[in-house]
Amino acid sequence: MIKLALFILFLPLFSFVFQIFSFRRFEEKKGEWVSVGIQFVTLILSLVMLGMMLSKSDPNFSLELHQSWLDLGLFKIDLGVYIDNITVIMLVVVAIISSLVHLYSTAYMAGDVRYSRYFGFLGIFTFSMNGIVLANSLFMIYIFWELVGLSSYLLIGHWWEKDSAANAGKKAFITNRIGDIGMFTGMLIIATVLGTFNFQAIAERIHDGVWAANAGMLFGGIEPHKLLTIAGVLVFMGAVGKSAQFPLHVWLPDAMEGPTPVSALIHAATMVAAGVYLTVRIFPFLTADAMATIAFIGGFTAIYAATIAITQNDIKKVLAYSTVSQLGYMVMALGTGAYVAGFFHLVTHAMFKGALFLASGSVIHAMHHSLHHLNDHETDPQDMRNMGGLRTKMPITFGVFMVTTAAISGIPLFSGFLSKDAILAGTWTYAAIVHDGWLAHLHLAWILPVFGFGAAAITAFYMFRLIFMTFYGEAKQPQIFKHIKESPKVMTIPLIVLAILSMFFMFTLPSVNPISDHGWFTTVVQSPESAVTTGPAFDLEHFEHGMHKAHVPAMVTSIFVAGLGILLSVLVYLLNKISAEKLAAKLGALYRGSYNKWYMDEFYINGIIRPFLKGCNAVGRFDLDYYDHYLINGWGRNTKRTSKGVGMADDLIVDGAVNFAGIIFQWLGWTLKFIQTGKIQNYLRFVLIGAALLYVVNVF
Amino acid sequence: MADFIFWVIWALIVASAALVAFGNNLIHSVFALMGTFLGVAGIYIFLNADFLAVTQIVVYVGGILVLLVFGIMLTNQISTAQISQSSVQKGLGLVVVLGVAAIILTAVLPHDWVGSTLPMEFTDTVTGIGNLLFTDYLILFEIASVLLLGALIGAATLARKEL
Amino acid sequence: MDHLSSYLVLSAILFSLGLYTVITRRNAVAILMGVELILNAANINFVAFSKFVTHNLDGHLMSVFIIMLAAAEAAVALAIVLNLYNDRGHINVDEANALKQ
Repeated sequence: MIKLALFILFLPLFSFVFQIFSFRRFEEKKGEWVSVGIQFVTLILSLVMLGMMLSKSDPNFSLELHQSWLDLGLFKIDLGVYIDNITVIMLVVVAIISSLVHLYSTAYMAGDVRYSRYFGFLGIFTFSMNGIVLANSLFMIYIFWELVGLSSYLLIGHWWEKDSAANAGKKAFITNRIGDIGMFTGMLIIATVLGTFNFQAIAERIHDGVWAANAGMLFGGIEPHKLLTIAGVLVFMGAVGKSAQFPLHVWLPDAMEGPTPVSALIHAATMVAAGVYLTVRIFPFLTADAMATIAFIGGFTAIYAATIAITQNDIKKVLAYSTVSQLGYMVMALGTGAYVAGFFHLVTHAMFKGALFLASGSVIHAMHHSLHHLNDHETDPQDMRNMGGLRTKMPITFGVFMVTTAAISGIPLFSGFLSKDAILAGTWTYAAIVHDGWLAHLHLAWILPVFGFGAAAITAFYMFRLIFMTFYGEAKQPQIFKHIKESPKVMTIPLIVLAILSMFFMFTLPSVNPISDHGWFTTVVQSPESAVTTGPAFDLEHFEHGMHKAHVPAMVTSIFVAGLGILLSVLVYLLNKISAEKLAAKLGALYRGSYNKWYMDEFYINGIIRPFLKGCNAVGRFDLDYYDHYLINGWGRNTKRTSKGVGMADDLIVDGAVNFAGIIFQWLGWTLKFIQTGKIQNYLRFVLIGAALLYVVNVF
Repeated sequence: MADFIFWVIWALIVASAALVAFGNNLIHSVFALMGTFLGVAGIYIFLNADFLAVTQIVVYVGGILVLLVFGIMLTNQISTAQISQSSVQKGLGLVVVLGVAAIILTAVLPHDWVGSTLPMEFTDTVTGIGNLLFTDYLILFEIASVLLLGALIGAATLARKEL
Repeated sequence: MDHLSSYLVLSAILFSLGLYTVITRRNAVAILMGVELILNAANINFVAFSKFVTHNLDGHLMSVFIIMLAAAEAAVALAIVLNLYNDRGHINVDEANALKQ
């Protein structure tokens, strides 16, 4: 099994190497089939692993292989792979999406200038994503964490001739860096106290009280429990950056400048889920306070991003904000302790959001070709206001869109319903029974279900808005509409596969009860026990008991709010009973706020970056005008005056002496000139003779 | 047996170093220098310095000696393998050097060095050197890396045709 | 071989021969060879004292750094020698006395 995992890890790297070193030769020829083939091989290998895991069906199954990488005597860093059920499921998810995206890209990216470079970067991305999934330690996860950041940067900037794409790449990279600083600091705190990066060892040592014993001594008498909270939140900051949680979410919508298959693979299904995966990995050593923080950030992100998605007109921007919102759901689930629900949603979301992005790519592809046909380079192929009525022209894309929208909106029979319902039940339970953590202490825990159900309603609303604007109604641009064609088979087949994977039974087999998530997934994935012993830890048993009770009422409410959202969407966008413009006008400030993404980018530019630059300028001017002018130049002026006086004294007294000495040395020079030969070896001889003489004088 | 080998190596070093110093053929001198380097590596082994012995061979024989040979080839019109060389002021040099040698030996030999009869046996120095290099000598190690980089750039810049 | 002085004598001889090479040779490359002999002599001393007197690895570390330094020195010195050769057509040190003027 370990060998299989290593194959899965390194095969995509080979694909990268192949594409990068042979792109000249394969520019026209079909070099991409090597990459696609490799991806499908890894898919088969990971399905084999899944089969092996399911045949065991052991929730505690785990394997570890590690190798000492850096051994400094006192401090060792191991690299290695750790495999448990979660790892295997993640590997399968990455392999499925990655291979389908590879296949899809052969049509979508056909004729691109940097075609093989694109496949090479997809390869290195898949390699690094597998690395994150297989990592057995925080340190190794950090290495691959930066590698996925790099490949994301490269792929967002794939069309770097466009300024907006180049800038989006930089923005993604730098924003992620802010989160990574926190993650690195947290890692260092943990390693300093416990002397290890390994997940298993960290949990064990915290459980054995090493943390409680060492933390105070190493960090100036701080209470160990508080330090553990700080460390947990700091490591989670990495996830805030990578999984685009508030306030570092700003890069993800801009990242849509990359090719659409990249958005599907990296910015919807896998890389952004890496933050959630990291939170899953550190879950056993999160304190109640850290979990409350995580839950609050997740919940706020979920509703915040959902409100923005309502008013966007770019089809990919809507999906991007919906991704941010869904990632918020997962993070919130982990924060509330609904571990299984959070990871479950990660998996289901990867499938349906991957499909949504690929389907939107299919629409954009069709639009693009139609515009190309008309020689129209002005119209935006991604703007939903230019679409409409596409369901007759693109039936397969439309069908996939319907299925996956149903899944994301939480309609029964689809996968999203199960995972979302579990998350909402989790928040419900959290609000009802949890007493630890600052949210509960401030009596604010009820805010999480409000966030959750609110976001569920809004999600249903904007997703159906997207469908109605794109596929229903009349064609808004008839001449473009005329040339719209369904995409080729290599693009539609991945869509269909992902749509099938968004059905509920894919995750509940062997049981086929559409309203219960009981099945293979919940058998193999089970909450780990909390290792925290330094203070109040999360009471999982109590919590899961509460989850069972909250299940049915949460489900009913969630169906109800989703129905509400869909109903409103139908009224506004399908039947036109309520005018969208009037609604917007009536909501005024709220509409403008949402449309402008609550001015978050403006806040960063005007609130942080500009004042910072201004501060730099002010300090610079202070340096120039005051420091230089008075201190340095003033000092200079004073020195000049003093030196004039001194100079006069010099001329008379010192110079006289110097001249006298000069005369003496001139005479000496005359006499000693003959031993100066200019040859280094001569000098060396004299030095040695001198040294010998000194020794002799010294001894005798 | 070991004693015998030790003295053979000892003699090899002295003889080859003498050839370096007194030989009339530059090429012979260079190859004699290789003998010295290898001999010193052997001495390291007698001193239980396994890591240094290997480093000596790799860096001196594999690196510096090759550089020297290149230096000779690039600075002489090689028509035959006879590249003669000459010395200057041999007499004065000999006197000076013998004086210095006498001073060193009179200074070092009579001194009663602590523990000079109780040699310490190292079994494996690589671990120890590695640990020291990354702990006590870390700063020195980093400075050395910067120095090597500087030497690399400096040598490349100096050796260019247009300076 | 089990006594410090045998190493010290060897090192002294090696040092003296190196010194002789440095001060009498005309050829710059040969002088460089003399320098290497001197460095080797110093290395032997370091390691010998490490084994017989200090009983730790500090001497070995010094030798490692000296070897490193020798490599750097040889590279730079040969670059200079090449320049000298390009400039004058020979590398005789006793004729390189521009410092006098």
